[in-house]
Order: sequence, then structure tokens, then C-alpha cells
Amino acid sequence: MLTKDLVIIGGGSAGLAAAIGAYDNGVRDILVIEKGPFLGGILNQCIHNGFGLTEFKEELTGPEFASRFIKQAEERGIECLLNSVVTNVTCDKVVTFVNKGGTTKIKAKAIVMAAGCYERSPGAISLPGDRPSGVINAGQAQLYLNEHGLMCGKRVFILGSGDIGLIMARRLTLEGAKVLGVAELCAWSNGLNRNMVQCLDDYNIPLYLSHTVTNVIGKSRLEKIVISKVDENNVPIEGTEKEFEVDTLILSVGLIPNNILMVKAGAEIARNNGCLVNDKLETSIPGIYSCGNVLHVHDLVDNVVEEAREAGKNAAKYILGNNEINLSSINTKAGEGIGYVVPARIVIGDDEKDATLKFRVRKPSKDVYILFEQNGKVLKKMFKPAIIPSEMEITKLSKELLVKGDELVIRMVKKEAK
Amino acid sequence: MEERDLICIVCPRGCHLHVDKDLNVTGNFCPRGAVYGKQEVTNPTRVVTSTVRIEGANLAMCPVKTKDPIPKGKIFEVMSSINSVKIVAPVHIGDVIIKDVAGTGVDVVSTRDMEKI
Repeated sequence: MLTKDLVIIGGGSAGLAAAIGAYDNGVRDILVIEKGPFLGGILNQCIHNGFGLTEFKEELTGPEFASRFIKQAEERGIECLLNSVVTNVTCDKVVTFVNKGGTTKIKAKAIVMAAGCYERSPGAISLPGDRPSGVINAGQAQLYLNEHGLMCGKRVFILGSGDIGLIMARRLTLEGAKVLGVAELCAWSNGLNRNMVQCLDDYNIPLYLSHTVTNVIGKSRLEKIVISKVDENNVPIEGTEKEFEVDTLILSVGLIPNNILMVKAGAEIARNNGCLVNDKLETSIPGIYSCGNVLHVHDLVDNVVEEAREAGKNAAKYILGNNEINLSSINTKAGEGIGYVVPARIVIGDDEKDATLKFRVRKPSKDVYILFEQNGKVLKKMFKPAIIPSEMEITKLSKELLVKGDELVIRMVKKEAK
Repeated sequence: MEERDLICIVCPRGCHLHVDKDLNVTGNFCPRGAVYGKQEVTNPTRVVTSTVRIEGANLAMCPVKTKDPIPKGKIFEVMSSINSVKIVAPVHIGDVIIKDVAGTGVDVVSTRDMEKI
């Protein structure tokens, strides 16, 4: 069987950054396996700008950001296989992939999972009504338009106010389509503020908050959709229906980590379908790391590459035998008001001074404290004048503060309550 | 000039800006927010990103952008100019695709390396 020190699954921003992180920490025998015909992953179809403000201190488009990481990988001579699909990963780190050359198995010393995410489907949200052509996911419509020059329709409605939906509202408008509106189930937008302004407000596209699609009508092609207002339990309110004659309904209703390989490998899986990792981004299978959108969905690629480099660095430590073994760890817990926390565990007693914690709140909130508590004792307290679910929070916690045994709870409290 | 509340679009942070009658900007986290706030109430501008048809590459479209922001009112004029050109591979990041697009003084440049196949 072929052997490699490090196999990285996925050649997008996370996979490339992980490879670079591992190389810069001493590993040379690296293979990146990418299923598509290009490196750079989803960035290639994200032709809008706004990428790289943290990483490069300038505003780049997706393809420009990708090209810089592709160059960094090339400069290091990192081996990348294109058009190759990984079909299996085992807990003893054997990776199987398929390409034109057939099926190949590789035994790796360490693996980084960086396979990104996929879009939630119409079925997954129980979209009611017919299934004519013209109901399409936002990322799919973006790929058709930006790489192949194919428009998905002329009169468009968008369900879901995530960033891809907002970006596509503007993009389709610029290409001559009429975007009649965006409906969002939540009472708040799930996209970045700047995208609300420059994608919807700039083009007078209405946003219907607390609304959802309650009927899809069409025989072969979509003819009409119905939206309704929802109550606080997200139940449609009768009598609030609005009809739109459209040929296209775009869904931007969430992304799910593409983590099936790790499920099959037997790793412990979090509620979001990503792996449970410790603060070294190591999964429950020693030597297999996870980063980027396959771990949890990020809003900014700048955060993805930072996380992925860290995963690559830690994989390098593991490969080179510099990993402390038999250390204990504590669990983290998303308490009141917090949607999720990454990592799920923090290793105690290693040589890292800080643990990086990433989390999202459940609801937009103002004047709150975020508390980091162990056994009721507040270890860290952050004041936030405003905090929203669509922006991931990243903070460092000094590991010296942590004691063995008790779980670390992150919760949000109103300022008055404290 | 009327007072206005804006959301800064310079970066994903999305600061809530207030621009007063004398064009003083508050609420910005960084200096670029102050520049944006002033600009947005006097002469709003945007970077336009789109694609142009390309022949001889392994994809049908090459992504492009205006090298600098252009006046907001010129966006659709810029788009029709972008949609009227066809290019031939190879192109590289930064190659000028359209010079002085729609009389804005700004060039449209390629944002992806696309080799000839």
C-alpha cells in the first residue's frame, strides 16, 4: 500500500491552508486530494469581493483569494491530486480514493478532513407544494452562472437570507433577472449586515422577515410561489399569504458539513454533523484532524484558513512525534443563549498557552455579557454591545485558568442581570 | 447634507455609522469607515464584480471586477459593457479586460488565471 505522512481531504481554502500549515511545521510528504477539476474549492464561484481583509489586509474576490493559497502551495511543492474522490477513511488512517486511474488506497500517518459543506435541500426543509424545474439551491445557481454562464431564471424569489442568498439576489439582478424578494423565517436576517446593504438595499429588493414559502406551484416549470408570515413558533399564519409569479425559487437555507466519511470512520459527531474536536482540532480518532466548513460553517474564509493552518500545524506535531500523550481534557458546553461551541474539548496540561474558542449566539442580542464558567466560577467575561448569530465569535481563553474535571460552560446574560 | 445612519460595507464587521450634517462620521471601528461614511452620503460608489465570456479556457466564464469602486449610478452601464465583451485564453489576474469602462476612468480586470487548453 502507498504511504504518506499526511493526507488532506479537500483542496479548497481549508485543505490548502492545512497543507501549508503542516509544511511550514516540518512535514514534507503531503498529499492533497481534491474531487473537482481545480484547487480553491467554492471560492472559485464566489466572484464577489470582500475576502481577505484579515489575511491579506486587502479586499479580494474569491478567485483572487484562492489563487494566493494555490500559489503558496505550489511554492512549497505540495502534491495535489485533482478529479479524485475520497470514498473511504478508516480509523487506522487508510484513505481510499477513486479517479481515472482506478481505486487507490493510501496509509497515512495523519489525516486532515477539509471537505467543506453542502447545501440543505428542498426536502430537508419540507418545502411544500410541487417540485417543478426552477427550484434550485443558491450555490448551485451561483456555480451555473459564474463558471458556466447559465442563468437559472428571469423572475426569481429567494428563500433564506443567508449570505449566499443575498449575494445571488444582487448577482441575478445585475445579470438582468427580476428578484421579487427574499423571505426569511427568522425575525432577523441571517446574512452579514454589509450584504443586506449592498445586495438588497442597493437594488430595492424587499426582505420579508418572519416569512416562509408555504406553496410551490408549477407543472413542468415553476409558475408561482406563496409566502406567509409565521408566528413566534414559526407556524404560518392563515390569511397572510402573498403570491409571486416567478419562474425560479432559490433556496439559501443553510449549509451542512460534508462529513459522511468521518461518520463512517466512526468518529464522534456533533449536532451540526461536524466532528467533535479538541482545541488542537483533533477528532475523537487520534491523528485525524478537521477544519473549515466540514467542522462548522464559517462566515469568513479568513477564519477558515487560520483554523486550517492550525489543524495542519497540529497534524505536523502528531506526525513528528511531538505530541504530548495521555493528557486529560475537559468538555465545553453551549449554555444559555449560545448555539454551539468549537472545540468540544480542551486538552489540559499541554504546551499551548491559550485555547481558541469559537461560538455563535442563538438570537441577536444587545448589551450582554458572555461568561466563561467552570463549576460556577467565572473565568472570563466579555461585554458585547451587540451580538448576532450570523457572525461567529472567536476568543482566546488562557488554559492556566482551567481546572481538570469540570466542564467549561459558555453562556450569555443580559447586562442588568450581572 | 441630511444626517444619516449607515451600515459600513467596507468589511464584514458591518459597523453602524452615523454621519452628521457636517459630514462627521461616528460609530466606525477603523479609519476606512470614516472615509466610507463620507463617500456614501456624497458620492456612493461600489466595486462591480461579474464575469465575461472566455474562449479557449476550460470554463465558459472568466470572473472580472472594476479595479476601483465606480459611482453607484453607473453600475448597470458598467454591466452592459462587461456583457458585450468576449475574451480569449490565456488571461491572468489583473489583466485589463476593458479600459475606462463606461467613462468611469476605471478599468475592468480579470480576477482569475485561466490558461489556454
